[in-house]
Amino acid sequence: MSATIKLKKLEEYLQSIDSFENPKILLEQYITPSHISSHFLYTIQNNYDDIREKLVADLGAGTGMLTIGSAILEASHVVGFEIDLDALNIAKFNADEMEVTNVDFVQCDVLNDLISDENKKWHKAFDTVILNPPFGTKKNSGIDIEFLKVATQLSNHSVYSLHKTSTRNYIQKKAKELNCKGEVIAELRYNLDSSYKFHKKASKDIEVDVWKFTLLS
Amino acid sequence: MKLITYNFLTSKCIRGVKVGYPLKLNVVEKKVEQQNFNPEFVQRMLPRLEWSAIKSAADIVGCAEIPENMNVETSLHDTDFLQKLHHLLLEIEIVNGSLICPETGRVFPITNGIPNMLLNEDEV
Repeated sequence: MSATIKLKKLEEYLQSIDSFENPKILLEQYITPSHISSHFLYTIQNNYDDIREKLVADLGAGTGMLTIGSAILEASHVVGFEIDLDALNIAKFNADEMEVTNVDFVQCDVLNDLISDENKKWHKAFDTVILNPPFGTKKNSGIDIEFLKVATQLSNHSVYSLHKTSTRNYIQKKAKELNCKGEVIAELRYNLDSSYKFHKKASKDIEVDVWKFTLLS
Repeated sequence: MKLITYNFLTSKCIRGVKVGYPLKLNVVEKKVEQQNFNPEFVQRMLPRLEWSAIKSAADIVGCAEIPENMNVETSLHDTDFLQKLHHLLLEIEIVNGSLICPETGRVFPITNGIPNMLLNEDEV
């Protein structure tokens, strides 16, 4: 089923989302741009009907861009999980400002607190899990796959994620290991503004793939 | 925090905790936020609910009309029941309060609607 609002309208809404005040390098905090976010979410709804009337999780929710965007696309309820309280308070402020109430934000360590062999309460709790994981280019390489692994355990149907195009073959291999069918459903350009002082150029483009992972039983 | 989220939260991550569920809900401030009623969604959630947790949460927030027991099969077509459950799960926002581990008494505060489930390093 098509989204009930236009793509342009969604992008306009998401442009008003406040970003990180003081981005934390170790958490790889930069906001998912509203342009990327709106295309990402719109593709998920229009092509796969996986947001509207669904229970959706957003892993590493940051300041709430994808959580709030999913809520605007009429998810029944969205839960945004995030470790950083500063980001969460901005996310909550953003949701309140936009009068979006079909969301929850939960402060937790996505990689360690949510699910394990002994702790399966969230196992398959969600219809759809979306995430823009840390790309893991700093001192935490492989963290995107760790996020993806948690995502596949939380979902009972499908997972949508963003990964650098340069890692495509690697992601495909990992999808198999996670017992998922992985497919690239869109390619986007990610304009990473110089949020951090050590970014020398004003901004640089990164090519990213939008992935759909379908759980194989 | 809405109670649909509460349904899934545990304190199992604390070292030594065996079940960590359900967390004891303590409500200081709550409000009601209207949501569109979608019976199919509530139907789909039924098998994912832990009824003992939902029932005790209903008592705490003052939803007296939630029954002691729930049978998924018979509840599926009871629109009146689904509507009440919709209200309980999706419309009651816990603004301030806490969640308490049933085994250790560890308190997880809920502030500005956000439950803080983070543990200290010496707790895991």
